[in-house]
Amino acid sequence: MLICKNIEVDFDGFKAVNGVDLTLDRGEVHFLIGPNGAGKTTLVDAVTGLAKYSGSVVKDGEELRGKKVHHIARKGIGRTFQTATVFEDLTVAQNLDIAAGAGRSPWALLRRRKHLPANVVETMDRIGLGKEADTPAGILAHGQKQWLEIGMLLVGDADVLLLDEPIAGMGHEERDTTGRLLHDIAADRAVAVVEHDMDFMRAFADRVTVLHAGAVLASGSVDEVSGDPRVQAVYLGTATDEKEPADAATA
Amino acid sequence: MDLFIGQLFTGLSTGSILLLAALGLSLTFGQMGVINMAHGEFIMAGCYTAYVTQQVVGDAGVSLLIALPIGFLVGGIMGWVLEALLIRHLYHRPLDTLLVTFGVGLVLQQVARDVFGAPAVNVTVPEFLRGGVDLLGTTVPKTRLFIMGLAIVAVTAVTLVLRFTPAGRRIRAVVGNRDLAETAGISSRTVDAGTFFIGSGLAGVAGVALTLIGSTSPTTGQSYLVDAFLVVVAGGLGRIKGAVVAAIALGTFQAVFETYSTASLAKVGVFVVIVVFLQLRPQGLFTLRTRSLA
Amino acid sequence: MRNFFATRLGTWTGFAAAALVLFGLAPLVLSGFRLGLLAQFTCYAIVAVGIGLAWGRGGMLTLGQGVFFGMGAYLMAMHLKMADAEFRNGPGAVPDFMELAGIRELPAYWAPFSSPVFTIAAILVLPTAFAVVLGLAVFKRRVKGAYFAILSQALAGAFAILLIGQQSLGGFNGLSRFRYFFGYNLDDPVNQQMLYFIAAGVLLVVVAIALQLRRSRYGELLVAVRDAEERVRFLGYDAANIKVVAYATAALFASVAGAIFVPVVGIISPASIGIVPSIMFILGVAIGGRASLVGPVVGALAVAWAQTALSEQFPSAWTYAQGLLFILVIALLPGGIASVAALTKRFQRTPAPVEAAA
Repeated sequence: MLICKNIEVDFDGFKAVNGVDLTLDRGEVHFLIGPNGAGKTTLVDAVTGLAKYSGSVVKDGEELRGKKVHHIARKGIGRTFQTATVFEDLTVAQNLDIAAGAGRSPWALLRRRKHLPANVVETMDRIGLGKEADTPAGILAHGQKQWLEIGMLLVGDADVLLLDEPIAGMGHEERDTTGRLLHDIAADRAVAVVEHDMDFMRAFADRVTVLHAGAVLASGSVDEVSGDPRVQAVYLGTATDEKEPADAATA
Repeated sequence: MDLFIGQLFTGLSTGSILLLAALGLSLTFGQMGVINMAHGEFIMAGCYTAYVTQQVVGDAGVSLLIALPIGFLVGGIMGWVLEALLIRHLYHRPLDTLLVTFGVGLVLQQVARDVFGAPAVNVTVPEFLRGGVDLLGTTVPKTRLFIMGLAIVAVTAVTLVLRFTPAGRRIRAVVGNRDLAETAGISSRTVDAGTFFIGSGLAGVAGVALTLIGSTSPTTGQSYLVDAFLVVVAGGLGRIKGAVVAAIALGTFQAVFETYSTASLAKVGVFVVIVVFLQLRPQGLFTLRTRSLA
Repeated sequence: MRNFFATRLGTWTGFAAAALVLFGLAPLVLSGFRLGLLAQFTCYAIVAVGIGLAWGRGGMLTLGQGVFFGMGAYLMAMHLKMADAEFRNGPGAVPDFMELAGIRELPAYWAPFSSPVFTIAAILVLPTAFAVVLGLAVFKRRVKGAYFAILSQALAGAFAILLIGQQSLGGFNGLSRFRYFFGYNLDDPVNQQMLYFIAAGVLLVVVAIALQLRRSRYGELLVAVRDAEERVRFLGYDAANIKVVAYATAALFASVAGAIFVPVVGIISPASIGIVPSIMFILGVAIGGRASLVGPVVGALAVAWAQTALSEQFPSAWTYAQGLLFILVIALLPGGIASVAALTKRFQRTPAPVEAAA
């Protein structure tokens, strides 16, 4: 679905992402984990066109490198941010309606909305906000904002979702709801989740990629990855050999 | 060749005036993203400080030397008060701060008008700054040399303070990452107040110096403000180095453009150059890298 | 109340009431002189509607509306001067101020403005096109917030200085002393009243356009861009284009206002379009309520009225008042007068339905 090859992001000589290969497949919830500064968010920035990089990102046979942020979004790649970013002054319905309308003609934009599009109504129920259609997004609870942001990607017909810490600040129940939602939407999409929470990862990951110092340390199922001694070393803080991650990336 | 050197010199001189006016802005705008439209009135306050000092002291040379530190204090205190009373309460509303401080500027202008009158006043140039010096075949007014010298001193002083004093390190920490600096136990409030004091003090110094090359009226500061802002915009946020390069570049451009065309077209030219420049480097000459989205 | 005005019937009622006041009541109770003043204030109000759209809804603090106001004004003034000159001395004649300045030959760029159609087209197209080009240059590069505000202000400064340098546009003194407006004698009180009706009519049209933009999907999108521009970009929109539309619309409004201002007031000079007049346009919008529809209109009218009433008698006090209004309104009441009504309403309504969201 989405194939990243040899991504490198260079911040004034510091390689925040250093030769990462990553493939996201339809039907999978793919977790990206790793210590702070491992390059997870920067990788998402690169794929979505925010950070300049070398290497290649191909979706459905089309190279995305060098395209503008909004063009990449139109290709069906949606992302969320660490702090949920919704349009606080607009209602839930308005938020979703905007997200659903990136392809509208100027003429359609200049007219009033007569009815909510069907997929907006449907998505509101799916993300548990069916009763909040006319609530301003600014007064939603923290977790609801994150669901709304995911919902905005769904109505926008994104089929590759890159979610940056979607459960940050959520309680137990909300986490489980979110996890089930992720699986539900991954049925016909590729979902990548940047996350720190290991329990959440174990419960809901189909596949895990561990990043460390800008490179892929390990990739596989939850069991494969948690059994990997290099991963354990990184998380216990004993891996200091600079060469190791580079070796791992080629493995 | 003479013409070239003459122009280069005019450019450097115009540039150092711009730089003096913009240096303080670069600190306050750079650090807090706050646009202080009253900065021009702080410059104006510096001008009147020089004028009043001369009325009191009499001797032009002595009063200039006294007025420089007093001007710094006057500007600094005004800035400090403004920060404490208004700007501090308007963080996260940078555009509103711009308009509020414009209102403050209006009030200050009117105060100056009521106290000193609307007509311009003049400060006598000290004996030792009258006339010119022959330099590389052109005659350069001593007042211009003095302003250039002052600009160099001011930039050096600011750089040294930022780099080598504990207060300066705190300022740089807050510029780099406000939240992180707070976590590290730096009170960003104190730092902001300090920065505003220094930045506004520099406006006062600039005002004192500007009395050497022009007369002073309540709207004196306003005329320098927009150019000073353009320097900061082109130079990039929070970078003294950027402000220096941008000031000299814009000063030289303006000087050269004026010789081949008119002063009014030069202003338009500067605007066009900046818009074109922002096409190439939207974040200014030298930018700090941060990981934030905005 | 608010809900009523949001309905179709309410909208028409609002417009009908406004039309009744502007076209019926005002000419009845105001003397010719005062009606002329109201026409002038109405021009400011038209500018204010555009600023409300660009700044209040779109978050673009445009400190340079004087540029577009001035463009419209000068374009109209050029036509009026040409028409006067032709009326006196036949086709190709040089306007009176040029004779005084010693310009014998009509500058080439003046010639087309003898045509009323060309002039009106230029007033509608030139400033708007300029705003589109400038907006694209600036917004595509994501220059925004304070940077944009400063650039727009610098533009106003540069434009005023440029005009002062143009002797063929009257230089520092600008253009004044117009006798005819598309053939109608401007000294005739009836024609002055007609100008007022034109201004009032344009104000209603402009408000209607702004209303449609606000209620459309575009209006929601504009607010979204104001509050979270990057989020909009990541949803697949080109945020720059969305901003350009609002910016260019505001420019168009300002240009039309300038064009009406010239025959009403009888003079346009660089002094009324530079940095300070441009930022003064903002004051009324801020007081009335930047994000509301009617707020900017009311605010602009009120500020212009206060300025006329106070500035000659108490020039010093009026400047203090202006400064303090900027400080107090924006610091303490950023939503302007319009938000007072909304605040009290929210206060009354809180107990009932909002709780469900918590």
